[in-house]
Amino acid sequence: MAVVGRALLFIAFAVSVWGLAATLAGIKTGRRDIALSGRRAMPVLMTLLIGAFVVLEIAFLRDDFSFQVVATHSSTTTPTLYKAAATWSSQEGSLLLWAMLLTIWSTIALRSIRGRLTEVVPVATAVLFTLSAFFVGMTVFLANPFTTLAQVPLEGTGLNPLLRHASMMIHPPALYSGYTLFSIPFAFAIGALVTKRVGADWLLATRRFALGAWLALGLGILLGARWSYTELGWGGYWAWDAVENAALLPWLLGTAYLHSATIQEKRGMLKIWNVSLVLGAGVLSILGTFLVRSGILSSIHAFVEPGATLRWLFVALIVIELVVSVGLVISRRGLLKTEHNLDSLLSRESFFLAQNLILVALAFVVMWGTFFPLISEAITGTKSSVGPPWFDQYVGPLALVLVGLTGIGPLVAWRRSGLKELGRSIAKPAAFAVVVGAILALSNADIRGDWAALLLFTLAALVAGTVTQEFARGVKARRAMAAESAPVALVHLVQRNRRRYGGYVVHFGFALLLCGVAASSSFQRITEVPLKVGQTVNTRGYAITYERPTATVTSENVSLGAELAVKHNGKADGSFDTSKSWYPANATATVGDAFAGETETDVGLRAGALRDLWAAVEPDTSRIMPLADSIDKKFGNLTPVARAVGISAVARAYLRNPPPATFRIVVSPLVTWIWAGGIVVALGGLIAIWPPGEPVRRRFRVPSSIRGGSGPA
Amino acid sequence: MTPSAPGVRDSTPQVGYPPFLAMDPSKKRTIRLVVALVCALGLATVLVYTSFSAGSEAKTPSQLIKSSKVGRSYQLTGKVVPGSIKRGEGQMNFKVRDRVGTASVPIAYTGQVPDPFRDGREIIVTVKRGPTGAAYVGEKDSLQTKCPSKFKAAKAGA
Repeated sequence: MAVVGRALLFIAFAVSVWGLAATLAGIKTGRRDIALSGRRAMPVLMTLLIGAFVVLEIAFLRDDFSFQVVATHSSTTTPTLYKAAATWSSQEGSLLLWAMLLTIWSTIALRSIRGRLTEVVPVATAVLFTLSAFFVGMTVFLANPFTTLAQVPLEGTGLNPLLRHASMMIHPPALYSGYTLFSIPFAFAIGALVTKRVGADWLLATRRFALGAWLALGLGILLGARWSYTELGWGGYWAWDAVENAALLPWLLGTAYLHSATIQEKRGMLKIWNVSLVLGAGVLSILGTFLVRSGILSSIHAFVEPGATLRWLFVALIVIELVVSVGLVISRRGLLKTEHNLDSLLSRESFFLAQNLILVALAFVVMWGTFFPLISEAITGTKSSVGPPWFDQYVGPLALVLVGLTGIGPLVAWRRSGLKELGRSIAKPAAFAVVVGAILALSNADIRGDWAALLLFTLAALVAGTVTQEFARGVKARRAMAAESAPVALVHLVQRNRRRYGGYVVHFGFALLLCGVAASSSFQRITEVPLKVGQTVNTRGYAITYERPTATVTSENVSLGAELAVKHNGKADGSFDTSKSWYPANATATVGDAFAGETETDVGLRAGALRDLWAAVEPDTSRIMPLADSIDKKFGNLTPVARAVGISAVARAYLRNPPPATFRIVVSPLVTWIWAGGIVVALGGLIAIWPPGEPVRRRFRVPSSIRGGSGPA
Repeated sequence: MTPSAPGVRDSTPQVGYPPFLAMDPSKKRTIRLVVALVCALGLATVLVYTSFSAGSEAKTPSQLIKSSKVGRSYQLTGKVVPGSIKRGEGQMNFKVRDRVGTASVPIAYTGQVPDPFRDGREIIVTVKRGPTGAAYVGEKDSLQTKCPSKFKAAKAGA
C-alpha cells in the first residue's frame, strides 16, 4: 500500500511540474493547446492527491503500522473516528491534506471561471501550480507520509489524548480549507496584475472563494476555541497564542476585503487597497501554515521540529510571495487608479473605509504582538514576549469602534448621506440600544461598574436593531410591491439579495459573539480550591459540593474524578462530573506507569443560555502511588491481565480513601452566546455564498454588460 | 505592505466644509494623507513603546541564575527536572533546568496546570524573583507546556 501512496505522490509531483511548465509555455507561445493541457493537469493532480490521501486514511483505519506515521500517531485502541482524524495530526499528513485541499479548490475555481478572464486565468493557474508543486514536493522529498518502517511494531503509540475531541475532526481541515481557499483570490489577483486586467472581473469571479475562505477560517478558529474551552483544563477559549493569531490575521484582512470589494464593484474605488488586502491574506495564509508547522514561536501548537530545510523553504516561499506582490502592486499602481473619489465623509464608502482601517490596524496589532519575540530578539538581542493583557488593551477599544461602525454603517447611504437622513434611519435602532444599555446598567451592578462592557452591549444592541430594521424595511417594501405575506416576502427578499441580507445575518451573529466574549472575559469568576469529600465551595450563587470520588479503568486509560452536586441560589440543581485520565505510554508498562502517563482532563460543563458552570479536577495521586509501586516491586513483570487487576486495585484504594482533590471552578456568563453567535455567522455566510437558485436566475436575469461579464457561477 | 490610506483620494470640492478644506483638492488630499500617516505612526509608536516596556524577557534557568532583577517578570523556558514535582495544597513546586545542561531553578507555582505537564516536559512559565534563597514565584495560570503531537517525542524528552 505504501508503494501505491508513494507512487501517487511522485506522479502528482510530476503532474504539478508539468502543469506549471505547460501553463507557462502556453503563456509564452500563445498556443492554446499547450495552455489547455496545463490547465487540465489540475483535476488530474487533484485526483492523484485524493488517491494518496485515501491510501493514507485506509492505512490509519486498518492499523497498518508498517506506515511510520500510523505507528507514531495511532494505535489499535484509538477509536475509529479519531483514527480517521489522526491522519492530519502528523506533519506529513497535514502537508498532504494542505496540498489536496488546494488542488480541490483550484480545480473548482478553474472550472467555474472557464471561458472567462481568458488572459488572467493562465497566470493564476501558474501561481496555483507553483503552490501545489511546493507542497506536493515537500511531501515527496521532505515529509513523506508513506515512509515505511523496517520493523513493523505490533502496536502504535496512539493519538495524543488532548486531540481526542470532536472539534479536532473538523478544526484542522476547516483551517486548512480557509488557508488554501485564500490562495484562489491571491492567484487571480497576481494574474490580474501581471496581465494588467485590473477591473472588477477577477474580483467578482473569485468573490465566492474569498467568502468561502473567510467562512472556513472563521469556523476553524471558532472550533479551536471550543476545543480549548472544553478540552484544556483552564476554562478559557482564547489565549493570544501565536498560532491562534496566525489564523486570525488572514481572517481579519479577509473581513476587510469582503467589505471593500463591494466598493470596487459598485464604485470602482479602492483598487490598490483591495488587491493589497487579497495579496496580504494570501501571504498570511502561508505564514499561518508555516507558524503551525515550524515551531519558531513558542505556542501550544508548536509540536513539531520540522528540520531546517523545510523551514527555509517556507521562508523562501513567503519572501517570494511578498516580493512579487509588493513589486506588482507598485509597478501597476498607474492602472489601479480610482474611478471615483470619495464624495462625502458621511457615506457608505467612508464607513467601509473606516471599518477597513480598523481591521487592518487590528491585524497590525496582532501581528506585532505575535512576532514580538522575533522583533525584540533582532533589535535588543533578547527574546521578549507580550502577554494577553497587552493584546487586550488594543483589541478591546478597536473592537468597540468596529461594532459601532457595524451598527451605523448599513444605515448610511452610498455616495453622500445627510445627517438628517442618518438621524431618521438610526432613531429606532439607537433608541433600542439606549434602552437595552439602560436596563443592563440599572439591573446589574457588575455591568454598571464596567463601562467598556456596557458600551459593547449597547453597541451590539445597536447592531441588532439596525439589522432588524433593515429586514423589516425590506419586507415592508416587498409586501407593498408584490402583495405577499410577511414570511414569503422575507424569503424572497433574502433570495433576491443574498449577499446583503446574508451579510446582515453575519452582523447579528457577530454582535452575539462579541457580547459573549465581553461578558465572559469581564465577569468570569475562577475559583481554585482543594476540597475533601463532602466539602462545599460557594461562588457566584452556586454551592458546589464534592459529592464522591469516581474511578474508571479501561483498556486505554485510567481516570480518577469527582461527582459534584450543585445548588443554585439555595435550590438543588443536579450534579455533574469531571475527571482526569492517564494514558500510559505503552501497553506493557507497570501499574505505576498507568497513573503517570500522558493526561487528559475531562471538563465538567453545564452550559446555560446565561452562564456556564465549568469544572476541572486535579486528583492527588500521591497517596496511591506507593501502593502501585509496591505491587510493581512485589510482582515484577506483570501480564496484561494481572496488570489490569493491579490497576483496578489501586483505583479501588483511591475510592475507599479519597485524598482532597484540587478543583478549578469557573462561572462564565454568556459563553454559549459565542458558539450561538458563531453558528449565526456561519448561517449568514452560507446565505451569502449560496449560488442563486435557477428560478431566481431566470426571473432576474441581468444583461451581461451590466454584470461586467461575470454572472453567477 | 498595504499602501497609504485610499481615503485620501478626493478631488471634488465640497460644499459645507470650511474654506481651508475646500480650497484646493490636491492640498486637501495631502492634508488627509498626513493626518492618516500621523495616526498610523502614532499607533505604531505606542505599540512599539508598550511592547518593549511590557514584554517579559525570555530566559533559560542558567541565564536567570546569572542575572535577574527583583520585581521584573521573566519568561522562563526549560525542562521540568524529573522527580522535582511536588504538589501541595493549592501550590505546586518543581524545578526547571536548561534544555541542554544541568543548571536548574526552583519554582513555586499556583494556578492551572496544563495536561501535558510532566517530568522532562518542555515548559514556559512567567516568573518573578522571590526573597533571596527562596524559589522563584510563578505567575498564576502562566504555565504553558509545549504540546507534543507524538508520544515518541515525550519518551525521548523524558
